[in-house]
Amino acid sequence: MTIIQILFWLLSALVLLSAIMVVINRHPVYSVIWLIITFFGISGHYILLNAQFLAVVNIIVYAGAIMVLFLFVIMLMNLNKDMEPQKSKWLKLVGAIACGCLLLVLIAALKDIDINNQIAETNTGNIGLIENLGTVLFTKYVIPFEISSILFLSAMIGAVVIGKKD
Amino acid sequence: MDLMVIDIWLIIEKLALVAIVVSISLLIAMYSTYAERKVAAYLQDRRGPNRAGPFGILQPLADGGKLFFKEEIIPLTSSKFLFVLGPALAMITALMTSAVIPWGGTLNWFERNISLQIADINIGVLYIFGVISLSVYGIMIGGWASNNKFSLLAGIRGASQMISYELAMGLTLIALLMLTGSLKMSVIVEQQINGPWNIVYQPLGFLVFFICALAETNRTPFDLPEAENELNFGYHQEYSSMKLGFYLFAEYIAMFISSAIMATLYFGGYDIPFVNESSLSASIGHNLVTILGGFALLLKVSFFLFVFIWIRWTIPRFRYDQLMNLGWKKLIPLALFNMVITAVVILLLDK
Amino acid sequence: MIDLLQATVNSPGTTSASYLPIGLQVLFVVGLVGFLLIITHFLGPKRQTAEKLETFAGGIASHGDARQPMAINYFLVAILFVLFDVEIIFFYPYAINFRALGWDGFWAVMMFVSFFLCGFIYIIKKGALIWED
Repeated sequence: MTIIQILFWLLSALVLLSAIMVVINRHPVYSVIWLIITFFGISGHYILLNAQFLAVVNIIVYAGAIMVLFLFVIMLMNLNKDMEPQKSKWLKLVGAIACGCLLLVLIAALKDIDINNQIAETNTGNIGLIENLGTVLFTKYVIPFEISSILFLSAMIGAVVIGKKD
Repeated sequence: MDLMVIDIWLIIEKLALVAIVVSISLLIAMYSTYAERKVAAYLQDRRGPNRAGPFGILQPLADGGKLFFKEEIIPLTSSKFLFVLGPALAMITALMTSAVIPWGGTLNWFERNISLQIADINIGVLYIFGVISLSVYGIMIGGWASNNKFSLLAGIRGASQMISYELAMGLTLIALLMLTGSLKMSVIVEQQINGPWNIVYQPLGFLVFFICALAETNRTPFDLPEAENELNFGYHQEYSSMKLGFYLFAEYIAMFISSAIMATLYFGGYDIPFVNESSLSASIGHNLVTILGGFALLLKVSFFLFVFIWIRWTIPRFRYDQLMNLGWKKLIPLALFNMVITAVVILLLDK
Repeated sequence: MIDLLQATVNSPGTTSASYLPIGLQVLFVVGLVGFLLIITHFLGPKRQTAEKLETFAGGIASHGDARQPMAINYFLVAILFVLFDVEIIFFYPYAINFRALGWDGFWAVMMFVSFFLCGFIYIIKKGALIWED
């Protein structure tokens, strides 16, 4: 086993473990902290694939911005009790069915993938470097890039409309 | 097998460098507290610490040693684990930023080229941005875990302040990157060694960056999370012993590191001003020039540290709405304007 | 082992091997912080009384739990921060490549910036960042 393989298995174990901890932890603040650890594990995977820009953006945006927002919301809602409220049985059943459907879709999508012909460019692949990503983003994918700015605008308006009632 | 030997040396070399950089960060943070008190004393016409050792030079050691032997108090109503995690995170994030800063050129030692930069990664500037964005957690988690109204308020205030100024900071860095065309810290410094310093092209950018650095490190006039007249003692009010020490230390380390970042990005890094490095290294040797360069960087850093302290004892604290208005309504448009102007000028000149 | 480490020598910064020192630093720093926390836990005296373990509220008795709902402004700042942060991240790949992209890339980004400005002005006009009320 090369060192990359060892790191891959270690990171995968970390990601899976922390993702499970996010779900089974009863205290929302701990869930958020486990989720942050999950993002770090995923960033580690990106680095192994030499997608350096994605790795750091994953940390800045997910671990550094979205998780801060989650923490804000959890810390400032009225969470006096350490336990999340018990849901009714029906709600649990609905949740299980919905998640089962998602799992089915994922399995169906992944079933036909030809894994053997895909070679992961570990360590030396350079498509994930910022220079190459930037070139592709601003030439080939410039329209989706512009459309994303409209998405941001609508998100901002939505946030202000909901947050500022007057 | 020949390669294996070299690689193990690389790991040892990097570990030694990490240990040295972390120790120097801690040492400089310790002596910044001394400098802070001495400068404050000078500005207020007092003597400052003068009992421990000559000129009170041992005062930081006494202060630090005291923290080891203080009673550890964890309030009953707090969340125990998070209460410990908060200061630990603050300290870890403060110490992690130094990884991508080039502290000097290369040393030739036993036929090995030893770089004085821990990790020369392709996305150096973004790495700094990433670690800064994580430094919010120390304050937030600590403030919330204390289960104290003042701590919580201070933690929330501090977190919103830091995220607001992060935006302007990110925008100013973009204008700088347009100039350098690379995110690698080593390349940015090399360009400044061979040409003029970036401050010449980016005076407005530097100003915005400096203000943001003050806000990110929670220094006056942006020290609202620690406003003692409003919040008792701020987010670390329930802390004692080494955990309090971590919070205080993290602030001074962040001050040191952000000074180093400013020196590296805008003031030439380890470039010795008005000296041609290559001709100097021909006359006095490569290693000596590298060491002199390291000292040049430390001198620039000391200057910025002095400015940080000077500002603290000169300017009063902002009100919270003033702080938010400055961050959102002034600095972000200013940084955006700076970015667009930089882009237009460079594109026009390139033609 | 060899292939991972050898790459550092060949082309610094462009392979994942350049992150090895950062991993080392994480281990070192976490170890140091944990070590200091454990050491001070055992060094200090332990004479804890009920009053000492209460939260401090400036001398008066503290009332109730501190974890209460907060002003919505803080949430709004956090949400807007996330949005603007993502937009700023988009500028980084542009800043690195913008000499090569020339004026075409510049106008593409200008359009993005104008949407950014629209959102920004909307927020200011709506008073989402007013704290004085």
